[in-house]
Amino acid sequence: MKADNSEYWKANLRLVYFCLTVWFIVSFGCGLLLVDVLNNFSLGGYKLGFWFAQQGSIYVFLFLVFFYAFRMNQLDKKFGVQE
Amino acid sequence: MELKTLTYIVVFASFALYFGIAWWARAATTKEFYVAGAGIHPVLNGMATAADWMSAASFISMAGLIAFLGYGGSVFLMGWTGGYVLLAMLLAPYLRKHGKFTVPEFIGDRYYSKTARIVAVACLIIASLTYVIGQMKGVGVAFSRFLEVDYDLGLYIGMFVVWVYAVLGGMKGITYTQIAQYCVLIFAYTVPAVFISLQLTGNPIPQIGLGSKMIGEEDIYLLDKLDQVLTDTGFKEYTTQSLGSGLNMFAYTLSLMIGTAGLPHVIMRFFTVPTVKDARSSAGWALVFIAALYTVAPAVGAMARMNLMTTLVPDTGALEYEARPQWFKNWEQTGLLKFEDKNGDGKIQYTADKETNEMVKIDRDIMVLANPEIAQLPNWVIALIAAGGLAAALSTAAGLLLAISSSISHDLMKGVLTPNLSEKNELFASRLVMTGAIFVAGYLGLNPPGFAAGTVALAFGLAASSIFPALMMGIFSKRISSTAAIAGMLSGIGITLFYVFQHKGIMFIPGTSFLGGMEPDWFLGISPNAFGAVGAIVNFAVAFAVTKMTGPAPAHIQDMVDNFRVPSGSGAADTSH
Repeated sequence: MKADNSEYWKANLRLVYFCLTVWFIVSFGCGLLLVDVLNNFSLGGYKLGFWFAQQGSIYVFLFLVFFYAFRMNQLDKKFGVQE
Repeated sequence: MELKTLTYIVVFASFALYFGIAWWARAATTKEFYVAGAGIHPVLNGMATAADWMSAASFISMAGLIAFLGYGGSVFLMGWTGGYVLLAMLLAPYLRKHGKFTVPEFIGDRYYSKTARIVAVACLIIASLTYVIGQMKGVGVAFSRFLEVDYDLGLYIGMFVVWVYAVLGGMKGITYTQIAQYCVLIFAYTVPAVFISLQLTGNPIPQIGLGSKMIGEEDIYLLDKLDQVLTDTGFKEYTTQSLGSGLNMFAYTLSLMIGTAGLPHVIMRFFTVPTVKDARSSAGWALVFIAALYTVAPAVGAMARMNLMTTLVPDTGALEYEARPQWFKNWEQTGLLKFEDKNGDGKIQYTADKETNEMVKIDRDIMVLANPEIAQLPNWVIALIAAGGLAAALSTAAGLLLAISSSISHDLMKGVLTPNLSEKNELFASRLVMTGAIFVAGYLGLNPPGFAAGTVALAFGLAASSIFPALMMGIFSKRISSTAAIAGMLSGIGITLFYVFQHKGIMFIPGTSFLGGMEPDWFLGISPNAFGAVGAIVNFAVAFAVTKMTGPAPAHIQDMVDNFRVPSGSGAADTSH
């Protein structure tokens, strides 16, 4: 294994931690744990916590997966490990 | 044209399409049969994954489930989509890089053990077989409700259709059929949803309609109105009603997420794309196509519930039974709706109170099945729903059957029992095993074991507690040893099965549950369906503890892990092993 691959792996792990933190906050955080607090606010006719649980979290998941793919492609090039 | 004739035409036209695709995409090599030659475009694979993933339950039952669970139904929405984030970041790219054909094969390689591979095959078969029963039932039900043929005959037709394209085309045929099936099912789901949203809120986009004001009620939002109507009749408030305790919802969501990421028939779809980069983006496309249904489902659920309430409990007082609408009469005949005039006044009293409620049965599936009739949509829309429901059930069944048959022909036969099997003979064997798997699935669909109701939820728990942790640890830890992985998988799936059996009966046979199904006995208030998350934690803990005792995996395995952690040097799936 080339020495620079461990740096690549660390950069990947940092990205994964970041994405999974956001993943946790929008679903388990906003959608479940903080739902009662957020329900005091509203988004159109949606209570905000309810919106996160049934709509918002899914949109954020989508964004996260594409963001991860985009950043990883950049990392692949930066560390010269692309296919 | 008469509805039944129209439905026959639409359904059989869709079947003809699947057959045509099967003939065009027939497989000539094992690589085509198992991974579609690893040449599927990531967007197309995303579409096929969406159809693979969205089952009869997603299409027919989920909106109805949400309609009656309200906010509590969120566990399904978040759980069944959030899993793709895990799949995209923790599993798919690395499994694709390793470049083998099946999930047990990866586990066998990483844990340098035939035993680990066999344990993985066992976990895969248990999880996939429980899941496929639900699909076969879905096929039978869709036929009997829409085409008025016998449940059994409907199931035989479904078995035959799957047999043609799965055996002929393997993964290649299944992939292209799933793409067609996705188009059929998403169209069938969206059209009624758009019309209903327009009728209720004037907005054609259901996701926005759900957050809009109702037509004719300029000062009240649809969800607020629904909350009000439900609480007036004694039901729980829609937007806050919970599914068990907070901890239960948390564990349930987590179980569905990691179960989703651990389902072999979904994972193996990512073996079919050309590169690691494609595997990453393909997970995103899969989620796009899934979100197209999953963000509409809560709107369908809430709006259907609203329509149901305004029909049964109009502002003018209780509805006269004789004045009930035509769709009510139609669905009464199927037994899915049932009215019992308890106080004999000829009016329908629909309340949350079991003593006085006269709507003794409202099947949740009605929320999707009867939706077009309730919204007075034209007949061709109803015919579409039939084709869509069948597409959802058939596409998932095909994916599951391939996961089962490839684990038998490739992992057990070629990998363990008869390693000298030639390419040609393995291809023949995989077709034979696929045929056998269809018969077993058909048999189980005809004679559903007592546990059929709980099967799909159980499959998630099993995948969550066995396969997902084994794969994730294999990638993110270089040290986990083969003994540790085997012990982890067995204890994870073991404790999950044990918990489910002790609350729902051994093999779900009523009366054999030794702790009772009652909530007070649940561990920390976690329902059996939500227990997969706990099983997964046990799996992780056992594997790390055992690795401490056995010492880490050998150096050449650690090198292999280093190798599949980087994308470079992947190439196509390797056939020489």
